[in-house]
Amino acid sequence: MAKPKLALYWAASCGGCDIAVLDTELKILDIADFFDIVFWPCAMDFKYDDVRAIPDGDITLTLFNGAIRSSENYEMAKLLRKKSTLLCAFGSCASDGCIPGLANLTSAEAIQRYVYEDSPSTVNPEKVRPQTEWHVPAGTLRLPHLWNTVRTLPQVVDVDYVIPGCPPQPDRINEVLTAVMDILRNGSPLPPKGSVLGADVRACCEECPRKRDVKKLRKFVRPHEIVQDQGVCLLEQGMICMGPATRAGCGAKCVQAGVPCRGCYGPPANVRDQGAKMASAIAGVIDSDDPAEIEALIDSIPDPIGTFYRFTLPSSTLRRRQP
Amino acid sequence: MSFEPKLVGFLCNWCSYTGADLAGTARMKYPPNLRVIRVMCSGRVDPNFILEALARGAAGVLVLGCHPGDCHYTEGNYKCQRRLPLTRKLAEQMGIDPRRIRLEWVSASEGARFTQVVTEFTDEVRALGPLQLSDWTFDSTSADAQLAHESR
Repeated sequence: MAKPKLALYWAASCGGCDIAVLDTELKILDIADFFDIVFWPCAMDFKYDDVRAIPDGDITLTLFNGAIRSSENYEMAKLLRKKSTLLCAFGSCASDGCIPGLANLTSAEAIQRYVYEDSPSTVNPEKVRPQTEWHVPAGTLRLPHLWNTVRTLPQVVDVDYVIPGCPPQPDRINEVLTAVMDILRNGSPLPPKGSVLGADVRACCEECPRKRDVKKLRKFVRPHEIVQDQGVCLLEQGMICMGPATRAGCGAKCVQAGVPCRGCYGPPANVRDQGAKMASAIAGVIDSDDPAEIEALIDSIPDPIGTFYRFTLPSSTLRRRQP
Repeated sequence: MSFEPKLVGFLCNWCSYTGADLAGTARMKYPPNLRVIRVMCSGRVDPNFILEALARGAAGVLVLGCHPGDCHYTEGNYKCQRRLPLTRKLAEQMGIDPRRIRLEWVSASEGARFTQVVTEFTDEVRALGPLQLSDWTFDSTSADAQLAHESR
């Protein structure tokens, strides 16, 4: 019997998700043994035409990481959707937009102007910019366009499963792929379409070993500004910890290392908008009924959008900044 | 024709909704722009309710609750008082004028104050103009057209 086919692709991403797959250590050998890996630009040499040549629906599972922010990303999302039976948004960029999604606070034009003209290290007196079209004697060369708004994978194509995380933790990837391999071996039913795999439904706080008590804050601090009490909730100590508005699944690794949760697993199961939920949680712990004092405390939070929506701006309710 | 804003109002059941009722039974006049949603307490208003209303076509959101000290649940309105400034700040950083989100206190006996708040807010949002979220919806038709052009 032919082996099930596996594809991995990166769109707008850093490559960390691909590394996380390799971080499954010896398990990667089982994966490579069980699946026929037909496409994995980060680790193996394939061309887009190799994917185009695959019959529709022939790839059993595609793990797609990266956000959709260029016409090339979009083309590959559509192509891999067509060629795959199961398409999985793998990692925070694909599922929620993640760090590339913070580009939605500005515009494609502003980004290019800064990078090619205004940044302090740029010398470009003629203001040369990369072109998406160029005419040569042999014909016209075309390159992909940068989109003005970063989208998530589920916003542009139909997605079967989501594996959240920046990156998804190797032990959870291991769990999911082991389960998938078992299902394919036994022919047992797959999880319902739309399931979030390799994560919990609850908030990160449920996994956090730190002691929680009453949260009453009159001052927000950043991690370097205080000497931490290692056993106590970081939010109680005044640090903005995204735990209450973040999905569990990572094993609360950051908080155990003394770093507040940044929210990379996205919102928990019953939350639509991670940032709004965090705003609600933060407002809940402010210990003041005086409007002026409340306003001052809120003003002391640097960059609320970048903090509360660090990983989920494109999938949030408002999606992008208005010009 | 001048712009008529659609406004969403979250009114607390115990004070402000009753205040609005009083304005109605007393036949006080006020602009018809506000769509009222009754909630049990202004403390029930999640910031996402407000953002969702703005994302789905409301030009402004008005949250009305009991005066400080009068909350039926003791401190729900204080919770709201802490959430609203942060919600306004999020909206502002997303390029939406924070004046489109307003919190006011209206008691059950303040029918006249209710009409005054709604009139003021309607005038203010009307002056701000329509809220059109640009590039919010993913336009697959133009994305496909761009792809077709590039792969020619």
